[in-house]
Amino acid sequence: MSDTEAVWVNRPHDIRVDLLQIARMIEPGSRVLDVGCGDGALLDYLARERGADARGIELSQAGVNACVTRGLSVVQGDADSDLKDYPSKAFDYVILSQTLQATYRPRDVVSELLRIGKRAIVSFPNFGYWRVRFNLLLTGRMPNTGTLDNPWHTTPNIHLCTVRDFVILCDELGVVIEKGLAIGKGGNPITWAQPLWLANWAADQGLFVLRKED
Amino acid sequence: MIDPAFSASKHLKPGERPGLTVELGALHPLRLDGGAELGPFTMAYQTYGTLNAARSNAVLVCHALTGDQFCAGDNPFTGKGGWWDKMIGPGKPLDPARYFIICSNVLGSCYGTTGPSDINPATGEPWGLTFPVITIRDMVRAQAMLVDHLNIETLFCVIGGSMGGMQVLEWAATYPERIFTAIPIATTSKHSAQNIAFHEVGRQAVMADPNWRGGAYLQEGVVPQAGLAVARMAAHITYMSESGLTRRFGRSLQDRDALAYGFDAEFQIESYLRHQGTSFVDRFDANSYLYITRAMDYFDLAADHGGLLAKAFAHSVARYCVMSFTSDWLYPTSDSRAIVHALNAVAAPVSFVEIDVDKGHDSFLLDVPEMFTILRGFLESAARQRGL
Repeated sequence: MSDTEAVWVNRPHDIRVDLLQIARMIEPGSRVLDVGCGDGALLDYLARERGADARGIELSQAGVNACVTRGLSVVQGDADSDLKDYPSKAFDYVILSQTLQATYRPRDVVSELLRIGKRAIVSFPNFGYWRVRFNLLLTGRMPNTGTLDNPWHTTPNIHLCTVRDFVILCDELGVVIEKGLAIGKGGNPITWAQPLWLANWAADQGLFVLRKED
Repeated sequence: MIDPAFSASKHLKPGERPGLTVELGALHPLRLDGGAELGPFTMAYQTYGTLNAARSNAVLVCHALTGDQFCAGDNPFTGKGGWWDKMIGPGKPLDPARYFIICSNVLGSCYGTTGPSDINPATGEPWGLTFPVITIRDMVRAQAMLVDHLNIETLFCVIGGSMGGMQVLEWAATYPERIFTAIPIATTSKHSAQNIAFHEVGRQAVMADPNWRGGAYLQEGVVPQAGLAVARMAAHITYMSESGLTRRFGRSLQDRDALAYGFDAEFQIESYLRHQGTSFVDRFDANSYLYITRAMDYFDLAADHGGLLAKAFAHSVARYCVMSFTSDWLYPTSDSRAIVHALNAVAAPVSFVEIDVDKGHDSFLLDVPEMFTILRGFLESAARQRGL
């Protein structure tokens, strides 16, 4: 792994704080699939720092090109339609970071994540965040925050939810929440997601580790 | 009458073949899928760069239907640059300073490797249609014999587009432990009915030419030039895209301001296709065209592995980079996706990119900067893993 350092000299060694939170949850040497992996920042970090056998799926050609050029195994594809092509229990962890809200069928996607992975790690912008609530309440316009940074007419997000909504969805799907983190504005966890009303109020992003009911 | 250029490139005696050749299969003949045995046979090939001491930096470049072994530098047959000169050379993704690049002419072709235009030693006559029918796997087995001859156990990379990509897939299936990376570009794991249909049009055009003479045209001193030209014209259309053709030619007229109401080449596209056809007969053998298109039509990697494509890759240890082009309607992206799905099913490390370009199937031969960037990055990272 040491000879990789020189190659990535132009790339910042650190990654986004919220991605670092995810990376810390992955046991070293795990098989990981990152769905919606963007330019591969998390995959690259997992491969380098956690010795993970890391793969990705990314919709945008620019993202895939960047990943493959970096030497990552990334397939151009769509979370909504292409997860079915992966065999069951093929991965230790399947990551869906900041992508759930852009899928057409989030419910099916979560089910698929837990079919192909022993565990799923899901993060999404929390529409229950107090800034979002105040934004809408005070300005009467669609909220703009760090994680929701597109105006309403260009946003790729089509299925926004709150931390509470997601917890209810997991309950309906019979999914066990092993761990829930409320991520604050800077990307650091601010509280364990208990009590739920507080997490739903304080979290800029929700971050969950899921597994199927035994 | 035989075109002088044609005779110059086609009737070289074995000793006069440009580039490197080796006789293989003298002791152990090549057992072909069709049941026949071939040996000894000649394999014509070219190498670029130097094999390192660990013999770990060899790259096998697989050419497409009408390609040859001169993938880089000057091509002695055409006098032009090699067919993948943009990809191979100093500072290019496949740099001979780093890799030992091998490109061999496929079995059944007409650039030095034994094919139907060569003399059958048993009869002293050109093989013609007595040449055994070959498959993509036969081509790959012959390549493996060449790789053995070069004393190379594991290839760092097997790469190729179109039929070259089929060979890459066949390498992965037949010699999984002998390849470190595999890069199949603009290809398919099986020929569709439409693919076979286009090839059949080409073959029928050749065989309908009165000069074809049941395949024995060389003995009779003629060449089915018209039929082969039509075959090439039909095939060439499948190598381009409608948008690319429209952008380049539209309905522009050739050397005239108004329609002449006749059957000369009125439109630029007609003139272009006629040029493609006539220049092709100068450099390719009609029977080779029949044999190689047949080999491609037979190609069905899943069928060779119990109907399940994933089984073809079950023993694979290679890293894959699959690439397709948005405007390729000959082997569309869905064909590449099927390959990727099969590789996923066996948990092979696979990257897949669909490049947005309007130049059609032939994009892999053209200047597509995005393709070079990706291949450079993929090769770079694999080379690091391989310690090159």
